[in-house]
Amino acid sequence: MAFSIPMVIVTLFWGFVGGVVPWFIPKGPNRGVVITMLVLTAVCCYLFWLIAILSQLNPLFGPALSNDTIWYLQFHWR
Amino acid sequence: MDSFFRSEEMCLVQLFFQTESAHNCINELGHLGLVQFKDLNPGTVAFQRRFVKEVKKCEEMERILRFLENEVVKSNIPIPADFTSETIPVPRDVLDLESRFDKLEQELKEINSNRDTLRQNFTQLMEINHLLQMTDDFFEEAESQLSISELPSEESVYSSRVTCRRTSYTSTNGPLKLGFVAGVIKHERFPAFEKILWRLFHGNFVLRHAEIKPHEEENMAEDPVKKDVFVVFVQGDQIRGKIRKLCDGFHASMYPCPNNAYARKEMRTNVNTRIEDLRLVLKRTEEFRETTLTAAAANLQEWASKVKKMKAIYYTLNLCNIDITQKLIVAEIWCPVSDLNSVHTALIHGSEQSGSSLSPVVNRIQTQQTPPTFNRVTSFTSGFQSIIDAYGVGNYQEINPAPYTMVTFPFLFAVMFGDCGHGLVMTLLALWLILHQEHFRKLKNELIDMLVDGRYIIFLMGLFSIYTGLIYNDCFSKSFNVFGSSWSVRPMFHPHGPWTNDTLHDSGHLHLDPLVSGVYSGNPYPFGVDPIWNIASNKLSFLNSYKMKMSVIMGVAHMLFGVTLSLVNYIFFRNLKDVALQFIPEVIFMLSLFGYLIFLILYKWCVVMKSESAPSILLLFINMMLFDYSSEGTVLYRTQKPVQIFLVVVAVLMVPWLLFAKPLLLYRKHKQLKLKPSTNKLPMQVFGISNQEASDNRKEKVSMADIFVYQGIHTIEYCLGCISNTASYLRLWALSLAHAELSEVLWKMVLQVALRVTSGMGSVLLAVTFAAFAVLTVTILLVMEGLSAFLHALRLHWVEFQNKFYKGSGYKFTPLSFDRMRDMQ
Repeated sequence: MAFSIPMVIVTLFWGFVGGVVPWFIPKGPNRGVVITMLVLTAVCCYLFWLIAILSQLNPLFGPALSNDTIWYLQFHWR
Repeated sequence: MDSFFRSEEMCLVQLFFQTESAHNCINELGHLGLVQFKDLNPGTVAFQRRFVKEVKKCEEMERILRFLENEVVKSNIPIPADFTSETIPVPRDVLDLESRFDKLEQELKEINSNRDTLRQNFTQLMEINHLLQMTDDFFEEAESQLSISELPSEESVYSSRVTCRRTSYTSTNGPLKLGFVAGVIKHERFPAFEKILWRLFHGNFVLRHAEIKPHEEENMAEDPVKKDVFVVFVQGDQIRGKIRKLCDGFHASMYPCPNNAYARKEMRTNVNTRIEDLRLVLKRTEEFRETTLTAAAANLQEWASKVKKMKAIYYTLNLCNIDITQKLIVAEIWCPVSDLNSVHTALIHGSEQSGSSLSPVVNRIQTQQTPPTFNRVTSFTSGFQSIIDAYGVGNYQEINPAPYTMVTFPFLFAVMFGDCGHGLVMTLLALWLILHQEHFRKLKNELIDMLVDGRYIIFLMGLFSIYTGLIYNDCFSKSFNVFGSSWSVRPMFHPHGPWTNDTLHDSGHLHLDPLVSGVYSGNPYPFGVDPIWNIASNKLSFLNSYKMKMSVIMGVAHMLFGVTLSLVNYIFFRNLKDVALQFIPEVIFMLSLFGYLIFLILYKWCVVMKSESAPSILLLFINMMLFDYSSEGTVLYRTQKPVQIFLVVVAVLMVPWLLFAKPLLLYRKHKQLKLKPSTNKLPMQVFGISNQEASDNRKEKVSMADIFVYQGIHTIEYCLGCISNTASYLRLWALSLAHAELSEVLWKMVLQVALRVTSGMGSVLLAVTFAAFAVLTVTILLVMEGLSAFLHALRLHWVEFQNKFYKGSGYKFTPLSFDRMRDMQ
């Protein structure tokens, strides 16, 4: 459940930037360039975020922490 | 609107205009800046052209202008910066300006030489003045010593400015009449002078010297040289002659100094009057010079621009043809099709101004020559277009990579730079450059000009770096914990997990085990890398694997995009055969091998598996290529073996398709053409082979071999390039790792040391250490790493991305444009 929430939100956000905003760019000499930039930005940034979250979905190993860190985290984090 | 995605359509236009209106018309075209003149006299050498004399005259005028500017700057007269020069330079102006310039130059040269002579005289007179002043003391002393010559000499110390010398007297009786030589010598030469005097005359002389201390108001020389006054008292004429020669050798100027005090006083008054006169004359000369120069300076800018324009116009006229009647000038220009109307209007305007009755004729002609490549840029896009053009100007109407580079270049830079703190600093720097752009341009420094030209690039790089920094969760090497980490330590302890308090005491580092329930919450950190990795000691194991796979995914995506752009090119040039013969095998090859690699990466990420049984993707890939399925536990999914065999076979089949299909097809086509020599309606361009007579066998054989070789090279380059370019994208991982490590070193070794100090002086130490931290961050991390990441991102674009679709062998459209000439100055 708590994985699909960020998935939906971020996908919707970049989908909005790349798919909806281009329709609202006013006509002018720069329209083509601006639309290209928006779409490319949306694709690149979404892909980058997706890779980051997918790589942490099913970890094969965990972090190695020092004793002090473990003591600290045991008491301060849930 | 399409113009930025590919270069504009150009047309070749012939212009006919009358000789009288030539200047005005070309002037108008120059202001328009949309027209490139073709050289209609390519065979002639520079000094055979028609207007070469006028061009030389203009160059001479420029030389005089530079001389004038030098003089103006030397006298610190400000040149008024703003100028309105809308006047059109006509041939009359050339003669007029030329005579004016010559006159000005003569005047200035005369004034300068006069002033120099006057100054020289002045310095001489001042020296004589000082000499007379100081020798008064010497003579008094000498006379007093003469009167007591019977007594043994004593050393007596005078005022601090006068040094004393032991005098040796001959043992004659009576007062001796000493001759002397008086003069002025440079201060630093004096000790050498003295030494040589001693060596020559073994002390048979009296030497007095004193430094000239100039008063402030007397200082009219440009750079005062320190000089000393000296008087040498000697006996005998021969010695005097030798001393004179010595003074000449030391470039000391000697002055006649009268013996008695009265004559000296008279001389002094004389000299003083002459000095006053000279001072007045010098002042007048300077004033006159200044007025001339100020008058010249007011017009300097205007003249300079006029001369430049005239030179450009004559240069352009040299490129045109003049017909036999000397009344008509023919010019050929390249011009964008969409601007033909404005060119026509400008020409009509120009001919009206010159008062000629006939308007110029504009005649568009068809041609087979390749037009120049023209990309219309705005101030935002010009930076990106220039970095593309630095590699190679695109072919005529080829697809322009610049609009895509505007996003992918800063993005790939940001992947390698990846730190939101540094990205923020970079963005602020770029904002400063953007807002104060004119101020920076005025400094006229080459490096700063480069920075200002790239201000929008730096701005976008900074923005994307903030984003990638947030995803890498790296801000000056520290992480943000906004959403709460997905890893927790408590479940590792009893009764849930294997740890007790003793385990903590026993070992220094412990691994969290994701298989123990609750340690990993099951939901990854929503935005970016989990903050726990920042404090883990095996952080690099995780980050390396993540970043390497990310680089491969980004690389394959970028390259696929490049191959797709080549499809767009083929469709535009109606080259559908190439779509089937080149594009499809290329895409299938890349997708079947590297697309499958990406699939493996994503599959391994998305599917749960035990750490011991998880196969390494690299080994999987290598075994797939070697058809090696012998080792156990090397399957990720059930049908892996047949799928992989199928994909490798398909990829291998693509190679002969790429290699042989296109050349064989061309060969067959040529055979068909040879069998039908009667058909004259042959298509003009058959895959770029020139269509000579069909019976020329040898030529065809050569071109067939060429085609085969070219296709072979292309196939090898593409297939091997796929592998090597994919590996080349791993530099995305390498540079981001280097950046993160440098950042961490600066934190651990510089700032943290000061933050750990507990004594009272810690705050002072912290202030000093923070200064060092800031300087190191800016120089090493921003400047050095920034330049490095910029270079590598640029290389990735130039080589790995562009060699999939870009030919880049065109030539750039260079219109005659007065604005561009002024900006380049």
